[in-house]
Amino acid sequence: MFGWQGKLLRINLSTGSIQAEALNEEWAHQYIGARGLGTKYFVEEVDPQIDPLSPGNKLIFMTGPLTGTFAGSAGRYNVVTKGPLNGTIAASNSGGTWGPELKYAGWDGIIIEGRADKPVYINIYNDKVEIRPADELWGKTVFETTDMLKEETDEEAKVACIGPAGEKLVKFACIMNEYHRAAGRSGVGAVMGSKNLKAIVVRGTGGIKVADPDAFMQASLDARKKLREHQVTGEGLAAYGTNILVNILNEHGGLPVKNFSEAAVFPNAEKISGEYQAEKYLVRNKGCFGCPIACGRVTDIPQGQFKSRGEGPEYEATWTFGSNLYIDDFEAVCMANFLCNELGLDPITMGGTISCATELVQRGIIPRSVADLRWGDGAMLVELVRKTAYREGFGDELAEGSYRLAEKYGHPEFSMTVKKQELPAYDPRGLQGIGLNYATSNRGGCHVRGYMTSPEVLGLPERVDPDATEGKPALLKTFQDLTALCDSAGICLFTTFAIGLPEIAAQLRTATGLNISDDEYLLAGERIWNLERLFNLKAGFSKKDDTLPPRLLKDPMPGGPHKGRVVELDKMLPEYYRLRGWNEEGVPTQERLQQLGLA
Amino acid sequence: MSKVLFVEPEKCTGCRSCELICSFTHSGEFNPLHSCISIVAFEKNGFSFPAVCQQCSVAACVAVCPVGAISKDQNGAMIVNHSICLRCKMCTIACPFGATFYDAERDVILKCDLCGGEPQCVKNCAGGALTYREANTVNQSKRRATAAKFVGLMEEVR
Repeated sequence: MFGWQGKLLRINLSTGSIQAEALNEEWAHQYIGARGLGTKYFVEEVDPQIDPLSPGNKLIFMTGPLTGTFAGSAGRYNVVTKGPLNGTIAASNSGGTWGPELKYAGWDGIIIEGRADKPVYINIYNDKVEIRPADELWGKTVFETTDMLKEETDEEAKVACIGPAGEKLVKFACIMNEYHRAAGRSGVGAVMGSKNLKAIVVRGTGGIKVADPDAFMQASLDARKKLREHQVTGEGLAAYGTNILVNILNEHGGLPVKNFSEAAVFPNAEKISGEYQAEKYLVRNKGCFGCPIACGRVTDIPQGQFKSRGEGPEYEATWTFGSNLYIDDFEAVCMANFLCNELGLDPITMGGTISCATELVQRGIIPRSVADLRWGDGAMLVELVRKTAYREGFGDELAEGSYRLAEKYGHPEFSMTVKKQELPAYDPRGLQGIGLNYATSNRGGCHVRGYMTSPEVLGLPERVDPDATEGKPALLKTFQDLTALCDSAGICLFTTFAIGLPEIAAQLRTATGLNISDDEYLLAGERIWNLERLFNLKAGFSKKDDTLPPRLLKDPMPGGPHKGRVVELDKMLPEYYRLRGWNEEGVPTQERLQQLGLA
Repeated sequence: MSKVLFVEPEKCTGCRSCELICSFTHSGEFNPLHSCISIVAFEKNGFSFPAVCQQCSVAACVAVCPVGAISKDQNGAMIVNHSICLRCKMCTIACPFGATFYDAERDVILKCDLCGGEPQCVKNCAGGALTYREANTVNQSKRRATAAKFVGLMEEVR
């Protein structure tokens, strides 16, 4: 095979068995790789009703056919499992170099089954694969673990691991690779922790061949040229990282404040902006493997109580620890973010949960004797992050995520979640399309399943009225399908600011030799979307879950450019179902499933 | 005038696109171990160092080669004559920067050949850490940037 390595590693931690198997070529053609192919293997092998933290759940690490090649920004891998935060299909995406290294070791992916008796890690050196004891690593942070494993194996090895949060089964623990990159959402790190698997170390010395080398280079160079010349990927993201969005979303009136309870305008946004970060704290720009954008930031807080250094914070973390908690101290935001990386937590859900808890305390729903939480307190934030990772004190309640927390205190309506996963940094009352995206995302609250901010705020590929509902279902469907293709190819979603279906398909065609049309590649994205939907339906989700927190549907935006608006979901959802070929209950029709090859 | 491949590590984003294009140019596949340039990553600190042949004028690799397989071409690149190279790997040991490599899979010495005067890594370095320019001018911008700090300072103390 070209692009794909044609080989999968299957490891059962209960029995200690390690097996190589041929990649299912037919599935690879239908589901491409990474998110799509990982999901196909997962749904074929795992009962949708499985308890996510039981040994019967599986944890699949999968790369795409472009991962590790010269294609623009092709450093991605996905972790597919049933997520413990909300029980939906979880496909958590990470960059860095771990995915490419796995390909160079000769593997497209790894399927982890069962549960080890004692803490273990997996060491991969090309074909040589071992399960090794990890007793000394258990309890260690991501940074300590990575240091120790590089020392023990190979200084050039790439390490994906969990921190204390994953070990403690924090519902939103993530998997970190190369210290700073995260498969962040859905709690995939807790699944790894439940299997007593601390880390997967990879070193590969092989290469990747593509089907038509000259044509592939032409397609890749074309994509890279567009990435470097585009205003977002070549300028904005390159200059200020994702934090360039702080001022943009604030001006738009879409930067959520205090658990979405106030107008989505933060008076002190400037002090947590990408521009401020670049001026005061930026060390240098950092790129994932093969990425000409290099939106990563190496950031250093040189002194004071928040002295710290690391990569980030990204826009999401800056928002969740910044305006969402009414904190305008960039240094506190930074340190909370770095702690999340070091302890293995998803910042979006961490901040969303603290924000929800703070509102519950302010409303007198959580007694101050339980937790005395305040808006705008950076030191409190850092302390809560640490306590959550170790499940200490009130941190043990935060570790369950905002939905379970708010439900416990009798007010789930204050949890700003969709399908129990915390919403990211866009108040949908100012972006109707994002509202529909949140409601229909296959992993619950999430912005990277259909990034409608692109047309609604950035005007890409063309500007649409953020307050309008007309045309949004059709646009969102295309975004969701294209994103599923992009995630499955192994390239970064950020490339889609500058390139679209023709460029992605051209790179895939020439790399793999799978000579199908652009539309057929997009159809693969739609197939993947429907496969995820079918899993969720079997897992017990239904139309009633395709909704938003009542605040966003009923409470008009209190101020700012979108004052008075709510998300008009009922105007969009039926049309969305219709365009998807789903019935009124949101269930794919037999006819559509046949068209997609899913029946 | 001879040009040099000038490396500014502080600008390197660590993306390794240089390794990919170099590996493809020299071997037709994507494998960092087929590349004549190697990014040494200090992942925790977020610092990356592109290690590549510096095309030394007095070159240890040339001095140590028992069969005289390494010589300078018209672009100033130290070229390995693979037809007489013994693959003894003494050049990889002698290189003070560890920037001459041995590719075990293909059994060849890897040393930057400046792509015949058009280094592909330079064309694909988004961070601007790699440039190909006149040897005499390589440090002028750094020199000027440092000197510029004195402009204001001297105004103040005068």
